[in-house]
Amino acid sequence: MSAVMMTRKVRKWEKLPGKNTFCCDGRVMMARQKGVFYLTLFLIVGTCSLFFAFECPYLAIHLSPAIPVFAILLFFFVMAMLLRTSFSDPGVLPRALPEEATFIEMEIEATNGNVPAGQRPPPRIRNVQINGQIVKLKYCYTCKIFRPPRASHCSICDNCVDRFDHHCPWVGNCVGKRNYRYFYLFTLSLSLLTIYIFTFNIVHVVMRSVNSGFVKTLQDTPGTVLEVLVCFFTLWSVVGLTGFHTYLISLNQTTNEDIKGSWSGKNRVQNPYSHKNIINNCCEVLCGPAYPSVLDRRGLMRDDLSVPTSAAEPATNSNPVPQTTKTTAPLIPNEHTPDDAKPSMADAAIAHAEKRSPSPREDKLPTLPKSSPTPTKVPPLASPETDAEASIIAKDKAL
Amino acid sequence: MATEFHNLQELRQSPSLATKVFIQRDYSEGTVCRFQIKFPSELGSRIERTLFEDTVKTLNTYYAEAEKVGGQSYMEGCLACATAYFIFFCMETRYEKVLKKISGYIQEQNEKIYAPRGLLLTDPVERGMRVIEVSVFEDRGSSGSSPSSNVSSGISQR
Repeated sequence: MSAVMMTRKVRKWEKLPGKNTFCCDGRVMMARQKGVFYLTLFLIVGTCSLFFAFECPYLAIHLSPAIPVFAILLFFFVMAMLLRTSFSDPGVLPRALPEEATFIEMEIEATNGNVPAGQRPPPRIRNVQINGQIVKLKYCYTCKIFRPPRASHCSICDNCVDRFDHHCPWVGNCVGKRNYRYFYLFTLSLSLLTIYIFTFNIVHVVMRSVNSGFVKTLQDTPGTVLEVLVCFFTLWSVVGLTGFHTYLISLNQTTNEDIKGSWSGKNRVQNPYSHKNIINNCCEVLCGPAYPSVLDRRGLMRDDLSVPTSAAEPATNSNPVPQTTKTTAPLIPNEHTPDDAKPSMADAAIAHAEKRSPSPREDKLPTLPKSSPTPTKVPPLASPETDAEASIIAKDKAL
Repeated sequence: MATEFHNLQELRQSPSLATKVFIQRDYSEGTVCRFQIKFPSELGSRIERTLFEDTVKTLNTYYAEAEKVGGQSYMEGCLACATAYFIFFCMETRYEKVLKKISGYIQEQNEKIYAPRGLLLTDPVERGMRVIEVSVFEDRGSSGSSPSSNVSSGISQR
């Protein structure tokens, strides 16, 4: 059987596992389902447009021109925060490469020792002491790492996220370490904007009704009714959410920890990350350093793909593209045990030959053999080489 | 001890990788980026303990500087917030500046200390800040036996 070996340069985001979508050549990173995000955009832009169209002209003349100016500034701030939250990397932890995964497996086996046949091996947990408190680090079967403290695996995006707060469909992204402050500022500024528009709607209606009457006012500015409706319902939810997150920030907790009751105080468990001081907690979360992304999306890498020249022949595992192989780890049933096997290299090759589509993960394919402990000769990753043209190397492959 | 002089270029171009050792994170002080200073046994014969520990301690100092919540980070945060974070498109954050320094430091350490001993440090930022990966290359000066942590060589010896 013969196959043609092609080497080309791709951006790393094209090969990233997980269920994210990328835009602008890897600069923008979002979840797959974006419908609710578009709704958020529509509501904010729509309501503000109505405000600028109907209320602002009247209020600028009869009250103060500062009103629409401030509204515009607030609107731009809200949009900037929303787009920052939605488009940025929330703090995704890259999956372990095969050598690291093997190293961790060996450590686990050494810790657990010999498990008698028929017995379930103990769960993969590592205990660490943080500020005097024992914290359990769980092993992620998908990412093949022990999750750092406060990290959690988002099943919607299929990534481990550092300081995972929650997955927010309204912003179409996870909220984690890197974008939590933008999310908080978004909810805060949106609350202010909603209150602002709501207040000035009422002021406008009252002022106009004094002159023209209530019914005529509504007829002159029909947008007002719509705005008041949207603002009224938004107010309860967004202001409530802002209040909730303010509470979480003051305690230096995440939504995830709050829901799970990790630091609820029973069994004398206390939050080891809190500074026990509201000001310090707020400063750390909101004014802490801006963490850079550790997910290299726009770096270049080689993509060696084998395009079979004869029909329907699966290529053997020869390309050094780092895909985590499924190990024969004991399948302790938990939500993160991967039920679907990773696609074979042939599928990935064919998908890329047809110009970049996400590798299908729902197919049931034969599992790849466990990578042996002998280290493979993998050239160091993440070293952008000088631009080279794609080279075609004809190769004969034996099955 | 490595008897043959390796240079960094040679290691990068023709890797005869024996094994990789991973230095894990130290979470005893919370989620700040810190690596364990424990000296791994696999490196025992290749490098002096003090040299290695110094490297890790220096890296820890750099990361602590990057993540320090203090006057400078407040200024940066407030200024960025006032500009709706558009300023991040123009300027580098303090963390990114420190990461560049770290990258330079690791490169220098590799050239001066690790490559001559047949080792190679990988910048933790390329591994998600989870581990410091130390690649151990075959010691060509010796009779071809690779470091003992290689399981398959252990099996083949039986």
